[in-house]
Amino acid sequence: MARYFTEEHEWIEVDGDTAIIGITDYAQEQLGDVVFVEVPQTGTEFTKGAEAAVVESVKAASDVYAPIAGTVIEGNAALEGEPELVNTAPEAEGWFFKLTMSDKDDLEGLMDAKAYKAFCDSL
Amino acid sequence: MNQINQSGWKPGTPVASIDGEKHPTVTGNKALMLEEALIFEIGDADTYGVDLPYTPTDLPGRMGKFTRKGEIGLPGLSEPQTVRHYTRLSRQNYGIDLGFFPLGSCTMKHNPRLNEKVARMPGFLDVHPMQPIDTVQGALGVIDELAHWLITLTGMQSVAMSPKAGAHGELCGILCIRAALEARGDARKVVLVPESAHGTNPATAAFAGYSTEDIPANKDGRVDLDALKARLGPDVAAVMITNPNTCGLFERDMKAISDAVHEAGGLVYCDGANFNAIMGRVRPGDLGIDAMHINLHKTFSTPHGGGGPGSGPVVLSEALAPFAPLPFVEKAKDGSLRLIEEENMEEHHASTFGRMTAFNGQMGMFTRALTYILSHGADGLRQAAGDAVLNANYILRQLEDVLHAPFGASGPCMHEALFGDAGFAEGFSTLDLAKGLIDEGFHPMTMYFPLVVHGAMLIEPTETESKAGIDQFIMAMRSLAQRAKDGDEALLTAPHHAPRARLDEAHAARKPRLAWSEPEG
Amino acid sequence: MRYLPLTDTDRTAMLEAVGAPSIDALFADVPSDLYLNGPVEGLPLHATEMAVEKHMRRLSKKNLAAADAPFFIGAGAYRHHVPASVDHLIQRGEFLTAYTPYQPEIAQGTLQMLFEFQSQVARLYGCAVANASMYDGSTACWEAVAMASRVTRKKRVVLSGALHPHYAEVVRTMAKFTEDEIAGSAPSLTALPDDDGLITRIDDNTASVVVQYPDILGRIPDLQKIADAAHAKGAKLIVVNTEPVALGALEAPGNLGADIVVGEGQALGVGLQFGGPYLGLFAITDPKLVRQMPGRLCGETVDADGKRGFVLTLSTREQHIRREKATSNICTNSGLCALAFSIHMTLLGAKGITGLAAENHRLACIAADRLAKVPGVTVLNENFFNEFTLMLDVDARQIVRDLADKGVLGGVGLGKLFPDIDGLKGGLLVTVTETASLEDIETLATTLEEVLP
Repeated sequence: MARYFTEEHEWIEVDGDTAIIGITDYAQEQLGDVVFVEVPQTGTEFTKGAEAAVVESVKAASDVYAPIAGTVIEGNAALEGEPELVNTAPEAEGWFFKLTMSDKDDLEGLMDAKAYKAFCDSL
Repeated sequence: MNQINQSGWKPGTPVASIDGEKHPTVTGNKALMLEEALIFEIGDADTYGVDLPYTPTDLPGRMGKFTRKGEIGLPGLSEPQTVRHYTRLSRQNYGIDLGFFPLGSCTMKHNPRLNEKVARMPGFLDVHPMQPIDTVQGALGVIDELAHWLITLTGMQSVAMSPKAGAHGELCGILCIRAALEARGDARKVVLVPESAHGTNPATAAFAGYSTEDIPANKDGRVDLDALKARLGPDVAAVMITNPNTCGLFERDMKAISDAVHEAGGLVYCDGANFNAIMGRVRPGDLGIDAMHINLHKTFSTPHGGGGPGSGPVVLSEALAPFAPLPFVEKAKDGSLRLIEEENMEEHHASTFGRMTAFNGQMGMFTRALTYILSHGADGLRQAAGDAVLNANYILRQLEDVLHAPFGASGPCMHEALFGDAGFAEGFSTLDLAKGLIDEGFHPMTMYFPLVVHGAMLIEPTETESKAGIDQFIMAMRSLAQRAKDGDEALLTAPHHAPRARLDEAHAARKPRLAWSEPEG
Repeated sequence: MRYLPLTDTDRTAMLEAVGAPSIDALFADVPSDLYLNGPVEGLPLHATEMAVEKHMRRLSKKNLAAADAPFFIGAGAYRHHVPASVDHLIQRGEFLTAYTPYQPEIAQGTLQMLFEFQSQVARLYGCAVANASMYDGSTACWEAVAMASRVTRKKRVVLSGALHPHYAEVVRTMAKFTEDEIAGSAPSLTALPDDDGLITRIDDNTASVVVQYPDILGRIPDLQKIADAAHAKGAKLIVVNTEPVALGALEAPGNLGADIVVGEGQALGVGLQFGGPYLGLFAITDPKLVRQMPGRLCGETVDADGKRGFVLTLSTREQHIRREKATSNICTNSGLCALAFSIHMTLLGAKGITGLAAENHRLACIAADRLAKVPGVTVLNENFFNEFTLMLDVDARQIVRDLADKGVLGGVGLGKLFPDIDGLKGGLLVTVTETASLEDIETLATTLEEVLP
């Protein structure tokens, strides 16, 4: 298993062909109180960079883009009743969706935890 | 008690259980500050405040099987209870009548009561939109006279009167532009909008089927003319510009912008939200504008009413006039006025893009706006713009030593003064300063808009504020700015003296409770 | 000038503080060749309150007020008695001169009222959630169509032929830009609405079906039947109501299978006002779709001390945050009209709205029976609430004008509403509310007899 990070503040947990995707602690901090998350339906196919989910706080709504291409296996149903999981456990129970990756090359160039921390510190 | 209100507290019950309440009363009331429960809690299905019973009837009805079977579940109140309920609610509101309302880009000016009196004359209030035309010549006269004023003040060719509010007017203008481009077989796809624009601009352009792109701004808060020129081309349908812009500045290059857009085959939409600053001082038509909506509820003093109704007539250039939506008023050869609708359209009306609303626009707002305009006259409107701009510049210069004024050095502002939150102590924001203003007895300014300034505070005093009132506001702002810089923690929990402390907006949005239902326990 | 508090002394002192020689100097950014050095030419100068009032009164007198004639016009705007306390309360400055309640700590009056209003509308319509109002019924109707297309991801809209033609026209105009496909039709001149004909036009590509209840000819469609047919094809049923008083007697659309119920709220509290401002009502039966709804919403919450309070909520759907991705470009509701509606509804309560509806229907039945006795007149409707269609042998528009010449505002000729359809020219739409007396009805009947050829 390996965890990757994007400059759009998403994390990707990779296990074989499967990837779990969510937003980082830094991102939830910027958003403030999350009140609603729209996760994609199972079976949806994404190209890299496609609009995949929407996360809303009181004052802002942001699109979450698919950082890698793939087919959705599962959206996190728990977020429907408890969107605050994105604030309390962004990089654990607050995950957004699971994908079967269609192209592992998409992971090239993404950051690891250390590089991401350095990236955030530079902002 | 329900998911949202877990303590179950409601007006009329003791507040002793609520933390932080000093000197609690058993009713929850505090002298003149009276709590008021919901009509669903104080009313019931058997009470009413109107004349009943009506004549009982044993005639068979003609509604067939479609009559209502169950209870409607609507609570009623007697007339005395009703008057008291809404009077108490009103006292939990801030309004222009009560104090200074410096809400940038909203032009919260005094609402003259003559307007209200006139709008209630039976010949205006009690007239049906589909009455025979001979019985409504006075109503059409109001529309015609107001239209004449709007066209003349703006130096434009015509005006579409029916749009219901600013955003509706904006949509009307963009739809006219699209219709005009289509009529010449020109399918352009892009609308350029400055970053500092009102959120309605991109929303409107997107609705009309256009993609939007940002126009870059230069360092002094205005459109970057060279960058705009570089972007213009055969794919650009229009630019949408606010002038004076949302930073409170006049776009010096407006005429050059319009000329460049026209040369590239596009059209110019101007968001007229800030027309109050320039009425009688410069005519948008002379600046090359093709369409501009006018918010009668801002510039021409019709009341905001707690969020509407607005009214948004759109003045149009010669290029766009033929595409205006139905209905519109036209003068016949005999001097009588006609309402042009689908029924009596003639060949020269055929290019209209359609209809935006069921009837004739916001007549009740037209009578108020015309009354205001006639009161001021051409000289008074010009003076009003001048005083509005003077008041804003006075505030800008009296506060720029204590608050960061990002464009303070680029000359006079128009009708609003813009500040940012630079220099506040760590953890203190524009929101905290604004909530502090509430305690000082003022309505907060517009916050976090425009987006181009960090922690923006946009202050629009309008011309109807006295110098003494403005001086008091300046005193409050100087004190609050200092407290924000010093990190006075009491600001973080302000307001302390309002009917409610800060409300939990996240809670409201996570499990929305949008209609009343019987308590759960 | 009476609305400008600054004195010349003030202006001088303030200019000095600003460091400008004159007010004109503050406009230095306006190109000097375009700057106006005096009042705009060709327009009058300021006038006294007395003079302005006189001028406006003269214009007002050139209109025939509904109260001054036997009055039977409806067709989407209805005249009802508005209790005096309604107009008094909406003129309280704290309501009249407040802004949109973005500062909830000092706007609980407007917010609680909106929460009550939303609750009243939801109950009247038989829906789960209503918004804080829209511009008017016709724009609410379009917003419903747009919402249904968003939710179903389909683009075909089936309009009942008996939908108010101005509403249909607004939908057609807007759909040109969103590229929704509008399937309309002409209304059938039948005693009952042609529900079966409408149902046959619903197909698998249909996003929504739009039905007016009661319809433009005053008839009452069978909503449940249409709802079942629509749902079988995966389409949403949008029900349009232009006369809220009717719902004091008729079953609520939300209880008959409607997905979205929209309408005009003007009839309660607002007044005729020659067409505006009016009050768009918008409600849905499935609360799960609330994030797809257009317009402002007020919701319950608590403050930092734990006291109940109200805020505008779910605002991320709106233009000021979502910009080009907003559910609608609308940013104003019709706040003061919503207040008037809500106060009127509170004065009525369940008993009042039921009684008012019964009185409207009683008088409409009397009028229909009386008018049916006029030679050359037949009543089209088998069912109706307070509005019905008379069939004449001549163009009803001329009859309406002739009636007006005799001081009677007798209804709306269908030729005015449907100018393209010759077969409808003989139709006269007559509306009877509690404001019509038995004498008024008799006057209409006898005058109609006089003017008919």
